[in-house]
Amino acid sequence: MRFRVSVVVFPGSNCDRDALHAAEAVMGAEARFVWHQERDLARPDLVILPGGFSYGDYLRCGAMARFSPVMESVVAYAERGGAVLGICNGFQVLCEAGLLPGVLLQNAGLRFVCREVRIRVESTQTPFTAAVPRGTVLRMPVAHGDGNWNAAPEVLRDLEAHDQVVFRYVGAGGDRAPGATPNGSMDDVAGVRNRRGNVLGLMPHPERAAEAILGSEDGARLFASFVRSAAGAAA
Amino acid sequence: MSYEPVTATRALLSEHKLTDEEYRRIQSVLGRDPNIVELGIFSALWSEHCSYKTSRVFLKEFPTKGPRVLQGPGENAGAVDIGDSLAVVFKMESHNHPSFIEPYQGAATGVGGILRDIFTMGARPVAVLDPLFFGPLDASRMHSLVDGVVRGISGYGNCIGIPTVGGSTFFHPSYAKNILVNVMAVGVVRHDRIFRAKAAGPGNPVLYVGSRTGRDGIHGASMASDVFDDEKAKRRPAVQVGDPFVEKLVLEGVLEVLQGDAVVAIQDMGAAGLTSSTFEMCSRGGVGMRLDLSKVPVREEGITPYELMLSESQERMVIVAHKGREEEVASVFRKWGVDAEVIGEVIAEPRMELLFAGEMVADLPIAPLVEDAPIYRRPFVLPVPAGEGGKSVALDGAPDDLTALKRLLASPNVSGKEWISSQYDWSVQGDTVVGPGSDAAVLRVKGTRKGLACSVAVNPRFVAADPGLGAAHAVVEAALNCAVTGARPLAVTDCLNFGNPERPEILGQFVAAVRGITGACLALDTPVISGNVSLYNETDGGSIVPTPTIGVVGLLEEVRDAVPCRFVREGDLVVLLGETRDEMGAGEYLATVLGREEGACPSLDLGAARAVVDLLVELASGRRLASAHDLSHGGLAVAAAEACFGAGLGVDLDLATDLAPVRALFSESAPRVLASILPGDEAAVLEAARRRGVPAAVVGRVVPESVRIAVRGRPALAERTGVLEAIWAGAFRDAMEEA
Amino acid sequence: MKLQITVIPRAGILDPQGKAIASALGRLGYTAVHAVRAGKVFRVEIDAADRESAREAGAAMARTLLANPVIEDFEVEVVD
Repeated sequence: MRFRVSVVVFPGSNCDRDALHAAEAVMGAEARFVWHQERDLARPDLVILPGGFSYGDYLRCGAMARFSPVMESVVAYAERGGAVLGICNGFQVLCEAGLLPGVLLQNAGLRFVCREVRIRVESTQTPFTAAVPRGTVLRMPVAHGDGNWNAAPEVLRDLEAHDQVVFRYVGAGGDRAPGATPNGSMDDVAGVRNRRGNVLGLMPHPERAAEAILGSEDGARLFASFVRSAAGAAA
Repeated sequence: MSYEPVTATRALLSEHKLTDEEYRRIQSVLGRDPNIVELGIFSALWSEHCSYKTSRVFLKEFPTKGPRVLQGPGENAGAVDIGDSLAVVFKMESHNHPSFIEPYQGAATGVGGILRDIFTMGARPVAVLDPLFFGPLDASRMHSLVDGVVRGISGYGNCIGIPTVGGSTFFHPSYAKNILVNVMAVGVVRHDRIFRAKAAGPGNPVLYVGSRTGRDGIHGASMASDVFDDEKAKRRPAVQVGDPFVEKLVLEGVLEVLQGDAVVAIQDMGAAGLTSSTFEMCSRGGVGMRLDLSKVPVREEGITPYELMLSESQERMVIVAHKGREEEVASVFRKWGVDAEVIGEVIAEPRMELLFAGEMVADLPIAPLVEDAPIYRRPFVLPVPAGEGGKSVALDGAPDDLTALKRLLASPNVSGKEWISSQYDWSVQGDTVVGPGSDAAVLRVKGTRKGLACSVAVNPRFVAADPGLGAAHAVVEAALNCAVTGARPLAVTDCLNFGNPERPEILGQFVAAVRGITGACLALDTPVISGNVSLYNETDGGSIVPTPTIGVVGLLEEVRDAVPCRFVREGDLVVLLGETRDEMGAGEYLATVLGREEGACPSLDLGAARAVVDLLVELASGRRLASAHDLSHGGLAVAAAEACFGAGLGVDLDLATDLAPVRALFSESAPRVLASILPGDEAAVLEAARRRGVPAAVVGRVVPESVRIAVRGRPALAERTGVLEAIWAGAFRDAMEEA
Repeated sequence: MKLQITVIPRAGILDPQGKAIASALGRLGYTAVHAVRAGKVFRVEIDAADRESAREAGAAMARTLLANPVIEDFEVEVVD
């Protein structure tokens, strides 16, 4: 049985095709698009909310997408324990929808930033990092105008206490360093999970760093980890 | 509003930028006076921007055919075969005047416009490149113009999700009041899905698709063909505002609808909006249209037929569908949340009949307005090349060579532009193999082993010194930029930015440049498949330096073998391809270090250029090149330093030459390439170069952390790579951030 | 003194943000909404001799920095 991956397409999603390609070519999954007006997620093993500018991202990033019909199904699916990965705009949508804690503000530099970053795996309590040792440094690009993750101090403390910060931006040496965080994120947070671990959001783009020809295969490790965890869970 | 024939006062004609002679021609075409709607249509279609009335006679010289060319100039964009039943579609355009008025929206809508040209051909856009030309950063408004243009490109391109993978930036005082924003877009399409904009089939419905029409940019086309002055800058037309979100929906809708066979023809509404799109589609198909303008979706009340025909609201297309299938087309767009309305039908007679609220508001023949638009053979004076036949320029007051190199690395034309490129999403779509900051960007073509190399180039100082030769240099540089990656240059697109062609010396620059491009394209076997002409780039009597921007796309058979432009490993041998002559004229050294713009444009042997291109493609496909970097602004010393950046490497060179060290280091002779190879490949590489008649010599090796260059064994300069890289990487960012 | 400066897209200029918000409201059931213009509000605290000079200073700020006169209009209100 092949994995089934559903990639949600909002109007304005623009990494939907990239995510589908990664699911098919890298994970070997059976992948399909699910239009924002649909409610049937097509029995997926994984739902990906891709990057882009859903609904133009005009009010706040992700603010309008969370009201689309498909999000009702995504929320219900996540509450049943279904795996959801939000990349970039998808992360913003998950935060607006309340599936993940925190909020993504405009970058501290007030400009869009596209560059390669390094992120360190801080938690392995998600299927996406279960097979990637804690402390592993992964290289992949970011490309966003609003990736500045913020939360109330007590929320961050609570996340720390429950090992929910999954990725932090680090410098070339693998340690947190000035200038390593591209957007001003609080505590250098690049990605967080929900308490249960089935929902993960991150600003960097693993799907753009999943093949050698693109300069890094580190993103593929997240997908491979998911495939392994899911196979283990099924066995 | 009255649709009675107008009285052609001087003021009315001048407002429509029509001459008395052109008005008499309108009267004779119609056999009567036009009404105001018709006058507006004539004015738009006969503007320089739409009709190319001055440039057309000269552009015929371009070579436009070749075994791989599937579509040459005359459509929305050109197309070239890349094998695997795929074609690459590309084109470059300017958005100069709008960007000077409102930099953010001007640049943004420039990106939007060129992308529509690509996807109306049925191609999915895969890359954008932006050649930008600004005045000095300390010129009035320049800081905010640079910032606005970059944000505009970023805002539009990032949102729609097409990677901006490259471009160029050139600063020169002549652009201080007339910046240039050129945009090139590249797309990929299956051969059998290439669509054209040729209306056909009387009775077939005409659909309007996309954003609603507002009063945006009325007379934008005639404004683009007008000299600018401060007074006009105050009389601002309604600026076009781009909506990349809607463009993304239109893009997906168009590509989806073109997967079927319900569409006969499709064209984007660019300059002169509904007018130029419908007339051009009819002209290509030898048919006419009857349109009911009351059916055009509008954004506000009270828009007149005159405004509907001339509005330049963005993100709009015209589609001719097969009769009876209009609902099928409209429903695809509706799914994407885009308006699609039938506004009329194709008619057999080649006329445009426009109705509004039941009344005929215009009735015009097609051919006299499009094919038979006025053509001018304006007088021109061919330029006299600067520099007295290539006489050596004196370099009085030259500092030591290391100081000179540092100044060059800090100069806006040489320094690193990550401040710009990091604001562009260059990695979306997951196909970017080589991003910004290299000679050419490289994209893989999904589903194949192939890659596309894309590059833009022009050295306006060369063109100013010798328009013909300088333009040929631009073609050679863009082609070499592709070839250093190992890609075979396929074809050329151009954006010819010049001053007021009514001045014979400016038109002479244009004519010489067209001839220079023609010669270079013939020598390199790279036909011109698309392009754009932007004239009247002149403000308060000051013209820009002639700027024929060239874009080239090259094909890599094996994208895995793409050659980087920087050194990759210590111990590799460094090879210089091409001949270094005493050619400091019109150079970056002279301008930046000595503050002088004079002297002859470097010479150019087109046969030698072809040989270097062929050699690079051969060496790359045999995996003999570890890296290869084209030499341009600032010559060998700058290229050698740049090749060391990023990986903490250095280089140790010793140049055997008769030239004085300063000339050996900074001459801008072309074509030249600095390559690195494995030591064991030396004999094979030199032999391959000898066979092709390319001068080649091992000039040193890749070493750790320092750049050291000697001439005839005597050290000329030495510095730690980190010091040079910090200067190069920081200069532009600091200049933009500190103000 | 406190100023409230409102910057809003000029009439007739396309407002992509307002348009997107209007259609989102429509989808949420606010079907009576037929247009939204989205702008910015600035609360400025300023030392000024009187309300009129405060207002003039606010207008000058809006003209030079807060609004883009090519595409935006502004209103200045002295709030207290």
